[in-house]
Amino acid sequence: MESFIGDLGFIIGTTLMVSTPLIFTALGGVITERSGVVNIGLEGMMYFGAFAGAAGAYFSGSPWVGLLCAALGGGILGLVHAVACVSFCAEQIVSGIAVNFLGPGAALFISRMLFDGSTQTLTVPNKMPLPLNFLFGEGKLFASSGFMDLVFNRFATVYLAFFMVVVVWFALYKTKAGMRLRAVGENPEAANTLGISVTKIRYTAVVLSGVFAGLGGAAMSIAVVSRFSNTLISGHGFIALAAMIFGKWKPQGALLACLLFGSAKGFEIFLGAKGVPVPGDILAMLPYVLTIVILVGVVGKTTPPKAIGKIFDKGNL
Amino acid sequence: MKVDGPGLEKIFSNGSLGLTMVAVILGFLVGAVVLLVAGFNPLEAYMAILKGIFSKPKYMSYVIIYSTPLIITGLSVAFALRTGLFNIGAEGQYIVGAMTAAMAGYFFHLPMVVHVLVCVILAALAAGMWGGIAGYIKARFGVHEVISTIMLNWIALYLSNWAVTLKSFGKQGTGKSYAIRETARIDLFGEWKITEPGIEFMRSHSFLGDILKSPVNIGILVAIILAVLVWIVLNKTTLGYELRAVGFNPHAAEYAGINVNQSIITSMVISGGLAGTAGALQVLGVSHRIAKLAAMEGYGFDGIAVSLIGNNTGPGSVLAGFLFGGLKYGGSKIQDVVGAPTEVINIMVGTIILFVAMPGLIRLLLGFKKR
Amino acid sequence: MEFIDFSHKAVEMIDIVKKFGDFTANDRINLTVHRGEVHALLGENGAGKTTLMNILYGLYRPSGGCIRIDGRPVDIKDPITAIRNGIGMVHQHFMLVEPFTVTQNIILGNEITKGLGILDLGRAEKEVARLSEQYGLAVDPKALVQDLSVGSQQRVEILKALYRGAQILILDEPTAVLTPHEIGELVIIIRNLTGQGKSIIMITHKLREIKQMADFCTIIRQGRHINTVDVNQVTRAELAARMVGRDISFKVTKQDRTPGEIVLEIQDLVVKDSRGIRVVNGLNFQLKRGEILGIAGVDGNGQTELIEALTGLRKAGAGSIRVHGKDVMNQTPGKMIHVHKIGHIPEDRRKRGLIFEFDVAENLILETYFEPPFSKGFILNHRIIQAHAQNLMEKFDVRPRDPKLPAKALSGGNQQKMIIAREVTNDPDILIAAQPTRGLDVGAVEYVHQTLVAERNQGKAVLLVSFELDEILNVSDRIAVIFEGKIVGILNADTADEQQIGLMMAGGGL
Repeated sequence: MESFIGDLGFIIGTTLMVSTPLIFTALGGVITERSGVVNIGLEGMMYFGAFAGAAGAYFSGSPWVGLLCAALGGGILGLVHAVACVSFCAEQIVSGIAVNFLGPGAALFISRMLFDGSTQTLTVPNKMPLPLNFLFGEGKLFASSGFMDLVFNRFATVYLAFFMVVVVWFALYKTKAGMRLRAVGENPEAANTLGISVTKIRYTAVVLSGVFAGLGGAAMSIAVVSRFSNTLISGHGFIALAAMIFGKWKPQGALLACLLFGSAKGFEIFLGAKGVPVPGDILAMLPYVLTIVILVGVVGKTTPPKAIGKIFDKGNL
Repeated sequence: MKVDGPGLEKIFSNGSLGLTMVAVILGFLVGAVVLLVAGFNPLEAYMAILKGIFSKPKYMSYVIIYSTPLIITGLSVAFALRTGLFNIGAEGQYIVGAMTAAMAGYFFHLPMVVHVLVCVILAALAAGMWGGIAGYIKARFGVHEVISTIMLNWIALYLSNWAVTLKSFGKQGTGKSYAIRETARIDLFGEWKITEPGIEFMRSHSFLGDILKSPVNIGILVAIILAVLVWIVLNKTTLGYELRAVGFNPHAAEYAGINVNQSIITSMVISGGLAGTAGALQVLGVSHRIAKLAAMEGYGFDGIAVSLIGNNTGPGSVLAGFLFGGLKYGGSKIQDVVGAPTEVINIMVGTIILFVAMPGLIRLLLGFKKR
Repeated sequence: MEFIDFSHKAVEMIDIVKKFGDFTANDRINLTVHRGEVHALLGENGAGKTTLMNILYGLYRPSGGCIRIDGRPVDIKDPITAIRNGIGMVHQHFMLVEPFTVTQNIILGNEITKGLGILDLGRAEKEVARLSEQYGLAVDPKALVQDLSVGSQQRVEILKALYRGAQILILDEPTAVLTPHEIGELVIIIRNLTGQGKSIIMITHKLREIKQMADFCTIIRQGRHINTVDVNQVTRAELAARMVGRDISFKVTKQDRTPGEIVLEIQDLVVKDSRGIRVVNGLNFQLKRGEILGIAGVDGNGQTELIEALTGLRKAGAGSIRVHGKDVMNQTPGKMIHVHKIGHIPEDRRKRGLIFEFDVAENLILETYFEPPFSKGFILNHRIIQAHAQNLMEKFDVRPRDPKLPAKALSGGNQQKMIIAREVTNDPDILIAAQPTRGLDVGAVEYVHQTLVAERNQGKAVLLVSFELDEILNVSDRIAVIFEGKIVGILNADTADEQQIGLMMAGGGL
């Protein structure tokens, strides 16, 4: 029984940890897509954020500076996507693909410049702290490696991600800015006739999506692991995108979807750690198979923002 | 992301050769600026790329070998796009094709030409099915193909990795499968090259010998034939007419009695089959086996770039495939020659795609009026 | 007329010019509207009325001329400036965010907050309720807009303008989508508003409603100001003649014909729309050779779904559709076209009728591309396809006469001619024409009507579906009135009484 509770704690804790990068990035997806701009460049933004975060944390010695660098890096790529999609009416999926070339390209280019030709950074001196340890001292609040410790004593980024879900939810549904953003995603022409600047709102939303994806990358490179490498992100941005859709374009829905994907991963890691003779590759497939099965089941019943992917050109009025 | 044809038609109506050329030039300019900022001489770097492509017959041969799978995955993406479908899944379909070809090449004992044909056909069928899954769940359940193919890519990757762990197929401990049989290989003079007269020939004929140092194979011929076939099917046949009608306006196609759902599935099967063929040719002609993949190899994603740069046509994909293959192979040289990171190539390609997506910006830069 | 304050000019638009490249959409147009006045802007599609109003609302900048509001010259550079100057606009296609509530839609862009940008929806709802009371515009502030009827959505749009303090309301084709009953309600609302000192400009091409609602009417033709008249001093025919620039006959000439045998028979048909509502609900009629049956009714009474069921584009739930006595219900669109010989001029030519990116030649073989001589086996014969297009373009006078032009490059009238050419050439037994003249100018309308009559004279069975009662009355041999998914009565066109049909369209029986 005791070991079962310990195992459960391990699975839940791992789930929380591996879900965090997805949560940040999926929130970015929610923000941009609710404003009507598709962003499949989340992957590239996350990739670049992971690098910028690790590099920032390595050179400054502070994970918080790393986090800031990641947000900034993701935001810059967000700006590129915004310029293309909002100002120049680019096909949004194509622009996203371009970002998926630019993000990894820039990350690896700079990595080779800074880290002696290597496509991975050196280990950061300080990972994201565990705030409970910081506040109460290690092993003081919960017994070390007990259930409570495994579940609740997590990196700062984990708490931040959950907090951000609340913030984004509140901003979207309870504030003026959020209402305008949703209106722009549903009917930009209507918003325009009321004097709301579609351009400004979409720029803000797309740049913010980059910032969140960048944070997601850093939550990977300076919390889950402690360095950036060229295969670190591989596909997480895409999974976050799927989670956002599965979560019906809502922050709270995206959170649940990310936790579901995370739990599949957590379970895989657990079985791996236990040495259970199940082929790892088959287990690794599970989250993806699950996504397809779930999308087949739910997609007909979800409604994306109406103006999503549609180019808004004032000249066409 | 049930995007109802987000103006995909724009992609193919807006593109013209002129705009694409300008985008390519701008890509090189941005690459030069990046190199300059990083403290390298862009001219030296670009010279290194050019030398890396043209200075030896062997290099050119390698560029062709690099370009072959890119041309075909480019054709795959372009074909689906003309039906209004964004096949992000060429990557996974390529993997399925490679895996199938590697299995058929190893497990079957067949005579020479037949073995190759069987490998390619089985690979195309399997990858076609893989693409068809995405087509089917789009047609039947409305799941957007961008999302489903992204998921299928990862499933394909793990499936392939799992296959390599099988005792009967994978060499245990190496992370690689057994090599395919000689009868299934399509590289030219592969066996003969390592025989005594072969070595002698290569030593005495410097030009041909140099070319033969690379794994020369007939893949490029297949790629060009496929490009012509894609062009014919799209423009000269009733099937192409139907698929393009669905791509431009599914509602009107439905009105005209065209079976839209069937067209979506057909298009994805053909697109998948093409990507699978690319994977098969790579195994039969170059790698002869598959290996455990830590991450995506990117043939499918690069195919998207090739298709977009090539304006989503057959001939365009061939040209863009060579451009991309040249950059990839030649670009790998700049690390040694000038010390600049090869990833500048990715930045250039990303920039080219970005500019291709913004014809408005290019017209603005060139001083054309907006309308 | 009783509310007009002639001493107070609310809007003066003086010598307004608007050019788009070489095209002059407005050529020195003048418009004066007084406080408490209802002023109609009359003109054909493309005459420039909407352009003029978009200028007044700040969506376009004028190329010349000036605007005065309450006597003060103003530069209306964007909608915000227009709103600040007390101008509100209700667009023909409502500018509403469907998943939002009534209150959210009304306050959008001008939100009531508790400070720090946090919305105060409670207070906003009270404000909306107060406004709706004051002007007699009944709406539920908490209802979702997507659940409202079209009439209620229009009231939300009017409230949106009033909430922003509008003194001058622009209504763009306000009756286009309303039922006769809702039009009656709108008349009362407009009286209410003018009674409280508001001025109203309505864009329309419907003569009936001008007589019913407006005090003055400004007529615009081809971008030019024709004149402004007191509505009480002119007849409908005079208005029409000035709008078009020549006398027009409302009646299409056609000889009497005795219809032949029954070609299409519909019994107790039930069709659900995409939300699962039974919008066609027990519908019956018969269509004979050599007749035009007009389906009269207000938009949204099941016409679209009826046509989709008849052409195989939508599954029917119950009942039967028989062509030549054979049950054809729920067969594929292809079968309906080729086996049962049903031709279809769709209501939305952008969505269904044409593939804009295909060239004219390709569009003209949309249903026959797989048949000889256009293809042999799988291979298309482009030479014959081009020749076929050249031939049809001459015969149906499609201009410009270039089969290689993409369809989107043609004018609306010529696009419609392409569709008609294609459908008529397919030689159907039944021709369904849905809103065949929507958005066309008068010349093209006459052409379409003549073609329909010609098809009827050749013994085809023609089903005409239109929201324009005049069109139905002029072209049909028999008129079936549709209301809430049922045919509520079938009348003979020669003896039909307009008012009676209007009553039936609104749900009143025979």
